[in-house]
Order: sequence, then C-alpha cells, then structure tokens
Amino acid sequence: MSGSATYIGMPSFPQAAKQSTKNAQLRANLTRATHTIRDKRARAVAELEDWEQLRQAGRAIKDHTLRNLDAYLLQVEQAVTEAGGTVHWARDAAEANRIVADLVKATGQDEALKVKSMATQEIGLNEALAAEGISAYETDLAELIVQLGDDRPSHILVPAIHKNRTEIREIFSTQMSRWGRPAPKELTDRPAELAEAARLHLREKFLRAKVGISGANFIVAETGTLLVVESEGNGRMCLTLPETLISVVGIEKIVPTWRDLEVFLQLLPRSSTAERMNPYTSMWTGTTTKDGPKAFHLVLLDNGRTRALADQVGRQALRCIRCSACLNVCPVYERAGGHAYGSAYPGPIGAILTPQLRGTASELDASLPFASTLCGACYEVCPVAIDIPEVLVHLRAQVAEHAPHTQQTESSIANSPEASKSPKFPKSSSHRAERAAMKAATWAMTHPAAYRAAENAILITRSLHPKRFRGPAPQPAKAWTDSRDLPDLPKQSFRAWWKETHR
Amino acid sequence: MRVALFVTCVNDLAFPQTGRATVTLLERLGVEVGFPEAQTCCGQMQYNTGYPAQAAPLAKKFARDMAGYDAVVIPSGSCGAFVRHVHPKLAQSPTELPPVYELTEFLTDALKAEDVGAYFPHRVTYHPTCHSSRLLGLGDRPLRLLRAVEGLELVDLPAAEECCGFGGTFSVKNPDVSAAMGRDKIAHAQDSSADYLAAADNSCLMHLGGIARRGRSPLRTIHLAEILAAIKQTKETKENKGAIR
Repeated sequence: MSGSATYIGMPSFPQAAKQSTKNAQLRANLTRATHTIRDKRARAVAELEDWEQLRQAGRAIKDHTLRNLDAYLLQVEQAVTEAGGTVHWARDAAEANRIVADLVKATGQDEALKVKSMATQEIGLNEALAAEGISAYETDLAELIVQLGDDRPSHILVPAIHKNRTEIREIFSTQMSRWGRPAPKELTDRPAELAEAARLHLREKFLRAKVGISGANFIVAETGTLLVVESEGNGRMCLTLPETLISVVGIEKIVPTWRDLEVFLQLLPRSSTAERMNPYTSMWTGTTTKDGPKAFHLVLLDNGRTRALADQVGRQALRCIRCSACLNVCPVYERAGGHAYGSAYPGPIGAILTPQLRGTASELDASLPFASTLCGACYEVCPVAIDIPEVLVHLRAQVAEHAPHTQQTESSIANSPEASKSPKFPKSSSHRAERAAMKAATWAMTHPAAYRAAENAILITRSLHPKRFRGPAPQPAKAWTDSRDLPDLPKQSFRAWWKETHR
Repeated sequence: MRVALFVTCVNDLAFPQTGRATVTLLERLGVEVGFPEAQTCCGQMQYNTGYPAQAAPLAKKFARDMAGYDAVVIPSGSCGAFVRHVHPKLAQSPTELPPVYELTEFLTDALKAEDVGAYFPHRVTYHPTCHSSRLLGLGDRPLRLLRAVEGLELVDLPAAEECCGFGGTFSVKNPDVSAAMGRDKIAHAQDSSADYLAAADNSCLMHLGGIARRGRSPLRTIHLAEILAAIKQTKETKENKGAIR
C-alpha cells in the first residue's frame, strides 16, 4: 500500500489545470461537494454574533505564539518530557521520516495505524515507511479511500472529495481484499453500506495494531497536551489502543494555554465541517500508567516553517488551522481540483503555504502564487484572517524578483554555490520577458507623450488586429483569444474625445 | 466641487464610451469635471503580477496628476481599490491626495443621489465584481442606483458573488481556469434572462464580453456608467447624441 504518487516532477499549475478543467465528472463531484459545505459553513458561522471578534482573537493568539515561538517550543518540550513523553526535533521531511521509521522499528513492528494528519502527508511519511518495509494504514474514511485507490488527497478536510460514491464502491470492492478484510460481496453505493464496509475492514486493524501515528490540531504549551479533533472516532481508536503513539506536529501548532483553545474550538469546527462542535475531541498528555499508550513520542517538525516565519508578510500563513474553508469557497480550486496544486495543501492556503515550505525552485511551486484571481473569497472566510491575496502578491514578487535577469546571469547564478543553497530559484525564463514588458509599460506610462503615441498607434491599426491568434503568436495574446474574443477597439480614445469636446 | 476623472488605461483605450458616459452623467448632475491629461495607469497590473517596483512610479505619478482637485472619481472598482489600499504603501512620501471615489460611491455618498435621471428600458442583471464588493465594500450602492433607473428591470444574478475569472494577468497565465469561470458566469447571466450584464469594472466585462461573443450569446455586457448616463431620447437630445455615446 505504498505506491501513492509523489509530488516531484509534477506539471505546473496551469498545465495540470488544463487537463482537470476538461474532466466533467471531477468538476461535478467538486462543485456539488464544495457548494454544500460552503453553504453549511455560512449558516454555522452566522449563528455566532461575535464571529468577527473570535476571528480576530484567533489571529492575535496565533501571532503572539509565533512571535514567541522559541520560548513556547521549549515549554512544550519540558512539559511533554515531564509527562513521560519523548520529544524529537526534525529539521525537514527526511529527518522526520527517519525518526519515525526508527521508532517503529524499535518496537519490532512492521505496521502502524494512522490518524488523519496533514503533517505526515506533507512529509510523505507513508511512502518513506514503505521503503523501510513498514505498512502504514490510513484509518480516516476518506484517507482510506485515497490510499486503497492508490490516489492522492485533493482536499484538506475531505481528501477523497474528487470521488463520488460509485467510484468509492468500485475502489472498496476491488482493493480492500488486497490489504485486509474484503468488502462484502453485494456492496452497493449506499453511504451506510460503504461506511459499514470500511468499519469492518478497519476494526480488524484497530484490534491488532501496536503502533499508532498521528498529527495534532493543537499543542497546549502550559501542560504539553496534544489535541486531535475529528468526526469519525477512528482517530481516537488509533490514539488509545496501540502501545506506542508517535505524533508528528508542525512547530506552528502551539497555543500557549487551555484558555486559548476556547477560541479555536469554536473557530475550527464551524469553519471546516460547519458543525457547532466536532463529535470527537481527543487530548493526551504524555503517558499514563493505567490506560492508553505506554510510550509517547512527539516529533516537532520544521520543514520550511522557520523560513516562512522569517518572512514578514508570508508568516501569516503559519496561522492556518487547516479548516479548508478557503478551499470550499475558491472558484479556482473548484475548477482545477486539488491535485493541480501538487502538494498536501491544495487551494488558496496551499498556494501560499507550499511555495514557502518548499521554496519556488520547481516550475510547479513557482506557478502556485499565480494560481488565483485575487478575488478575496478565501480571506473573507478564513477563521484566523490570513490575507491570502496579500501573501499571493508578495510571493509573486519573490518569484519575479528571483527570476534570472538575463541569460548570462541565469547561468552564473545556476553555477554559483548559492544556487544549490537557495530554494527560491525558479527555472522558468518566462519571467524575464515579462519583466521587460512590465518595465516598458511603466516607462511609457510615466512618459505621457510616448503613451499617447502608443495608444494612437494601437487605435489607428485596429482594423489589422486579428480577432483570434493561431499558430505562433505572443503567448498572452494566444492565451486570451483561445477562449475569448478581443473587444472591438474604438476609433477614438477617451483622451482624444476629451480634447475635442472639452478644450 | 471640481472633480478629477481618472478614466483608467483600459477605459481610455478600449472602452472610451464608459469615460464619456461618466463625464456626461457627472456634468448632468452639476459636477465640474476635469481630466488631468497627463494621467495614464494606476499600476495595478504591474503590482499584482509581482512587479511592485514598476508600480511605485505610477502611484507617485497618480498623486501628482490628481493634486489640486476636490475629489477623484474612478469608474472602476478594481482600480479604485488599488489606489485606495495599495498606493499609500507604494508612494513613500505620499502627496496629499484628494478623496478618491469609485463612481457609485461618489454618486451615492458624495452627491447623495440614487435617482440620477436615467432611462434604460431593458432587462439588466448586475455582477458585483470582486474588488468592488470585497475590497471597496460597495454593497448595494450599484443596485440602489440601478433600481432608480426608469424603465429598467433589474433581475437577480445567480451566484453573483462568484468571481468571473478575469483576475488581471491570471486570464492569460491560467487561461483554462479563467475561461471555465467566465463561461459559468455567462451561463448564470443567461439564466437570469437579462439582456444586459452590467458591472462597475470594464476589465471583468472585457473578459466576460469576449466569452459571450465567442459563445455567440445574445447577452450584452455594459458598464454601469453607460446605463446611468442614458436618458430618454427626445428630439433635442438626439441632436446631441454624440455627447453621450
């Protein structure tokens, strides 16, 4: 159950979206699902009169924690250790995967149960464990569907949002038997039957497992307590039944006190599942003698977070509590689908988080800040008020700035020792032509006589402009006219009319 | 009150009828309109595409060009929002700027006008463009103005708050998603049974109009200013038609 496709070498966002926008089934599945959750969320949020104040409180608590993260991390380490846990520090994905694999091996086991976790998706833990001969079984229903289908998640909260129940029935019927208890023979696509098939399949694994692996929604610094919020209860099975529990958690997940949770436990369920409260909230502090895991390991994950933290505009992305409200309102996500974002974090939050965590060296990562119309629907719903459009534009400037200025500097940068160290070095040369065009435009726009002359030249030659560019043509012109007509240009500019009538 | 019209580069070149309509409308309401002729572009395209250094000189130029007027009126929600929210960040020592209004803000807030004496006997639906609604917070100002137009039947646009997919250079960097969004917006406008799809931003309308025409839709796109400037064609006004269109 290893073979989930990885993200390396994926096409840029526009290329991937070109394919997914043509997929009518995908589009229908996504539109139905996102609009349903979107409307429910709006109703759940409207119930609270102080939603905006809660949102600003969430933002303030996260900002405070991030500003003092060094101190809170040490507080967490001390509290977890005093409660009987062991804390590990992982600089990047490779280190985290190494630590987890060694911990599993030390138990003598070759399998582990997974609680739904974004951090472990981010670092590709399942694939890394498989390479070491360890099977990691996803137990969240949607993650199970994705894993059985040898697929990738396409949504933070609903990883199998791109599948409908007919497709899910097919996956269960053909794949469950390969990994454990097979699906019932006469399985239909009724949701209750599908859920029962998953329940039976997973129960077998819950009762057998000795190692559980989770992430966490929050870590409370004052007591070293971890929290997972969920709907199904499968997470709680993994958190309580195994003898060893390993939690991989991003360093930004800390809140200072229990009192701070009051804010987030209102913000998160209403924003993500549109519930007043999620059905299961599990909390654990180290180990206890009478119940639950005998050994607890916390792996604190950086993997690009400290770099994001150093960016004054970009750091607000670290406030994210992974609710996915921004995905559900995003018109680009709805049409492109989650896979086009090429990371565990799709949608608007992915477009600002992934380029900061991974850098923008790949064509895909450099294309992500541009995967938005800047419509602002994401910012409007974000429960911790991340100004996603602001960060997108900021990252666009970084991509454009770090693009090579000329052919020569491109190769000299690439050959310099800095190039291997710098994660922000896009390979695409399209920004070079773009920068030249932007400079030329601004030059003309700050020289009114030149501007008027250019404007007149465009209007005088208007009958010669093609309505549709085919074959070799400037890329933007072709990209426009492939699906849209150009407007008929007027005989006379506004400025010329003004001169004629008002002077 | 002497106001400066910042017509926007897109309107100047491609949609001069919107600029003419804005002048006609404001003059009809007794406003003295000036057009600082050195004006060009607000710099939004450069900034939003990732070139803030190319936008900064244009922000400074805007402040110089508009100095000395009592107010600036912009017939574009997007450019209006950019000038209001981003220019202060770009122009390091900002010249004292007169208050900047998007056109419908100027009509409803500064002039306290809703019925502007317009006549437009057609079925119209209104698309609240993202920057005019989310960044400027125009709210129901455009709708109040449209409801007061004689002869106009205003019909609801389904999923009105959804982006049309233009997004500046997004339209050419991500053409497939952009066009898919635009086609959905046109389909919704057609479902509304309107003859005209109106908005306060010609850049969005350029994208939507281009999609409607490619799809041979009978739907026409029109800037709000042109509806508000239109009046009953009497013998007298017909002779002066050139002043409006």
